[in-house]
Amino acid sequence: MEDENYYQKIGLKVGLEVHQQLDVGRKLFCNCPVTPQGDNAVLSSFERRLRPTRSELGEIDIAAYFEWKRGRKYIYQSSENTSCLVEADEEPPHPINIEAVRVGLAFAHSVGSTPVDELHVMRKIVIDGSNTTGFQRTALLSIGGSIELSNGKKIRISTICVEEDSSKKLGEEDNNVIYDLERLGVPLLEISTQPDINTPEEAVETALTIGLMLRLTGKAKRGIGSVRQDLNISVRGGTKVEVKGVQELELLPLVIENEARRQLKLLEIKELLLQRGLKKEDIALNFVDITDVLSKTDSKVVKKLLSKENAVALAICVPKMRGLLGMEIQPGKRFGTELSDYAKFWGGVKGIIHSDELPGYGLSINDVRAIYEKLKCSEEDAFIVIIDEERKAREGLRAVVDRLKMAFDGVPPETRAAMPDGTTRFMRPLPGSARMYPETDIPPLVITSELLSSAKQLAPPTLKEAIQLLVSEYNLNEELAKELLFDENYALFMDIAKLLGKGSYLKTVAWMLVQLRKALKREGFQVENITKEQYVSLSQKIYEEKITKEGVEEVIKYLCNNPSLSVDEVMDKLGLKPLDMEAINAIIKKIIEENAKIVEEKGEKAFGIIMGKAMEMLRGRAQGKIVSELVRRNINEYLSAKKG
Amino acid sequence: MSNEYLFRRVKIKTKTGLEIEGTVLPRYALFSNEYLTIKLDNGYNIGIKKDNIVHIEEAERPPKREVVIYKLDEEAATKSSKTTKIILTGGTIASKIDYETGGVTPILTASELLEAIPELREITDIELESPMSIFSEEMTPHDWKRIAEIVAKELLSNPDRGLIIAHGTDTMGYTSAALSFALQNLPSPVALVGAQRSSDRPSSDSAFNLLAASLYATSNIGEVSVVMHGTISDTYALAHRGTRVRKMHTSRRDAFQSINSLPIAKILPYEKKIVLLRKDIKETKQEGFEAKTNFSDKVALIKFYPGMSSDVIDFLVDKGYRGIVIEGTGLGHVSLRLLNSIKRAVEQEAIVTMTSQCIFGTINMNVYSTGRKLLEAGVLPSADMLPETAFVKLSWLLGNYNDIDVVKKLYVTNLVGEIENRRTISAFPRWYHGG
Repeated sequence: MEDENYYQKIGLKVGLEVHQQLDVGRKLFCNCPVTPQGDNAVLSSFERRLRPTRSELGEIDIAAYFEWKRGRKYIYQSSENTSCLVEADEEPPHPINIEAVRVGLAFAHSVGSTPVDELHVMRKIVIDGSNTTGFQRTALLSIGGSIELSNGKKIRISTICVEEDSSKKLGEEDNNVIYDLERLGVPLLEISTQPDINTPEEAVETALTIGLMLRLTGKAKRGIGSVRQDLNISVRGGTKVEVKGVQELELLPLVIENEARRQLKLLEIKELLLQRGLKKEDIALNFVDITDVLSKTDSKVVKKLLSKENAVALAICVPKMRGLLGMEIQPGKRFGTELSDYAKFWGGVKGIIHSDELPGYGLSINDVRAIYEKLKCSEEDAFIVIIDEERKAREGLRAVVDRLKMAFDGVPPETRAAMPDGTTRFMRPLPGSARMYPETDIPPLVITSELLSSAKQLAPPTLKEAIQLLVSEYNLNEELAKELLFDENYALFMDIAKLLGKGSYLKTVAWMLVQLRKALKREGFQVENITKEQYVSLSQKIYEEKITKEGVEEVIKYLCNNPSLSVDEVMDKLGLKPLDMEAINAIIKKIIEENAKIVEEKGEKAFGIIMGKAMEMLRGRAQGKIVSELVRRNINEYLSAKKG
Repeated sequence: MSNEYLFRRVKIKTKTGLEIEGTVLPRYALFSNEYLTIKLDNGYNIGIKKDNIVHIEEAERPPKREVVIYKLDEEAATKSSKTTKIILTGGTIASKIDYETGGVTPILTASELLEAIPELREITDIELESPMSIFSEEMTPHDWKRIAEIVAKELLSNPDRGLIIAHGTDTMGYTSAALSFALQNLPSPVALVGAQRSSDRPSSDSAFNLLAASLYATSNIGEVSVVMHGTISDTYALAHRGTRVRKMHTSRRDAFQSINSLPIAKILPYEKKIVLLRKDIKETKQEGFEAKTNFSDKVALIKFYPGMSSDVIDFLVDKGYRGIVIEGTGLGHVSLRLLNSIKRAVEQEAIVTMTSQCIFGTINMNVYSTGRKLLEAGVLPSADMLPETAFVKLSWLLGNYNDIDVVKKLYVTNLVGEIENRRTISAFPRWYHGG
């Protein structure tokens, strides 16, 4: 795409917030398990509304205010396996899970972040219903520190917080939002960096490095949704925009690229507005009811919207803006989309129709002319129409006008959501710091020296140290070690090493868990089907030298299609059963006879050659130790028979 | 050190290497004073150990942020022509947060309350009075009298105006029983209301309960009720008869339940609807309002336990107690070891009554010989009265009637719905048992 200095030219600044779920047994403020257990769950459901609370200045969160005004209802579904009265906001929180704090302190230690002396749990107001309480409990653990990228650049850490995860949204219907409580209260570690990141690549490396270090604590939860990234993105001349919920790392560069582009486009629009001699005051909220004009059209879309009870078509004329609303500012999204998002959020309407996308929606050129006439717009003007109940349409247009005025300042400060296609979309205005106040149900926790020293034990090594450790202690080569570190099976590998002990067999285990699995996945095998138990069982066979590398591959391929079988059953089916002593002996005897000349020439020194050939035949079906013993015995017997 | 910088913005460096800027906040009384609480610019509070600080200096305050004030009642709601008087006795049915200190200050004026809960206006206009501020557990029979007198005065001067009494939840059931006995033949409804989640949080139940209570207070139900969440959902509240209600859970929104009995009404605050649930509900009356607001403070409520010594009863009698309500076992029993002490109490003109610690079901002291012996000794059975209600009733009777025979007769007679002689199968919760 752009030249390599592109991001430097546009002055890209990115701060990263990594949210990692911790697997520390229980949730942060209650005794529910982090990982669901059992299946005879009692399912219950209840519904709530939330009210905005205010500061002594009378200040309330604007977004919270609008959610309340809309009369939003939140429906919570809960399984009693994974949630209790605490998640239902029917019981006060328990003291903070000290294990989560310990893991946080361990991570802080490894990045040189300084812990606070006393931990205060805060309530961060969030009233989109994702927290039954209307706030998220969060505590600041440490300040400062940094991580180093491979090019030597340091990315500073601003804060490390431990906080509770929110409920998962299951869906939305009219004014009801449905949430599942399973995820609510799962401990999260939030690592926030300073906006030191200047390219998408740096962002990915930062996320990878932080993610790896978190995993190296051994307490990071694995699986889908266990790690989420938020971004703060700005370009020179722009504004800090918060982008929430990037779940897949692969999407990170695209999200940054698109958001930077969006901000640049908005700055371009600002310039164009000035060039056209427009001022904020030129954008006025003069509604015109054009229901009569639109009711004459053949457009099915319009007809459907107008058929709604009490629906009217309200329109405003926007002077000298023709062409601007249709400007593409993100792939597939126009400036009009931004206006539409505001109308939807503040007005609760379905969307807007603007002149730059017309003729369209089944509206003809003549219809468009009629609207222009009714609005008394000139050719260089644009218009915006909302069809809905009058109150909603008014609120929607009011929001559109507000957003148009913001265009004169360039980029509005917003919280945006990352979409699966890598674009971003308006979620809500940027919240202020005023939405934080103390959780009075939980007394502060003193970070004692005992706690700190126990945390140091858990502290993850640096990347270099971690690789070195795998090379020296676990017999891996550097390449495999690095690959393993970033792999989802890293923890499983460590579990196996712990279970069976260290040894050279681990090289094959690592190969199986990482390289073989990836290769088979590329070939289209359903490697997700292989269970942890099956991997452990295969590792046991490798350890006991009862299977060859080729055998491992065959077994895994077979298991992918028949996941319910055990490793032993598959080995049976594939004829990978170990041989008995007599069979081994017979094979070795045969090899010696076939190589009689060498044995006669070299005597006992032929051992190496014969052993090599024997293992070629027997690997995976006989233990090396037994083979070597039998080879030695058979050579001696052969030689003494010759002598005799 | 802490005091001199209180509420000031400071720069701090610590031995451990922290360099921070923030505002020094006051510490809660029970927190260790070896630490300073600092509010950082990002809103977080942290604690810094005083002896970890190597340098502290006052810093400049950042310019004040421009604050956009949204008022909840921006759009004027349809005003109701009715008025309700709200009496705050303690707790915070509505409060404001001070983000600077994190403290919560109660709302004490009607306009503040209407501003916080603008939907109230659509049901009723309100007047607010805050005669006392007492934690639930600090309430005494003397306070019941004070509240009853305030309510009586209100009902005499404004008989058409309903009342809402905001009360801490822990002993709200006692106060509701007290008012039920003290104020009879009500000209307007009286509702007690509280919150199980403090009003400083978005999920507080206080607004919901208050809206429901105001619907109750503007109805024609002539009874004292506790109005609280009916389930854990924000769908409906229940109005429980003041003598029948008990707090059955430490923390749930629907902690208040009618025991051995049905609630008076189901109230749907969002639909502004009241559904009556009983046939014997008293309507408000223009005539006959009666206020007897005295309560004896020489009544004790004691729970029998295995091995209990008769000393407990002897002690109360020696201290001059005039009434002893026993929470006995099962159908109304205590160990016969206590029999002589009970006889002595009765001889000294103390009234000894029996309730059951089973909570559900009725007393029946004729089934077992122990019960019969206790009756013979002069113990009064309390039928299916709640132990707490029995305690309040005896305190009220002894406060207002001098003739001990009258007290005894009234005690075993249903006065305001506190005793019912019929208990149906469904009036008992079915506990979840996993299968």
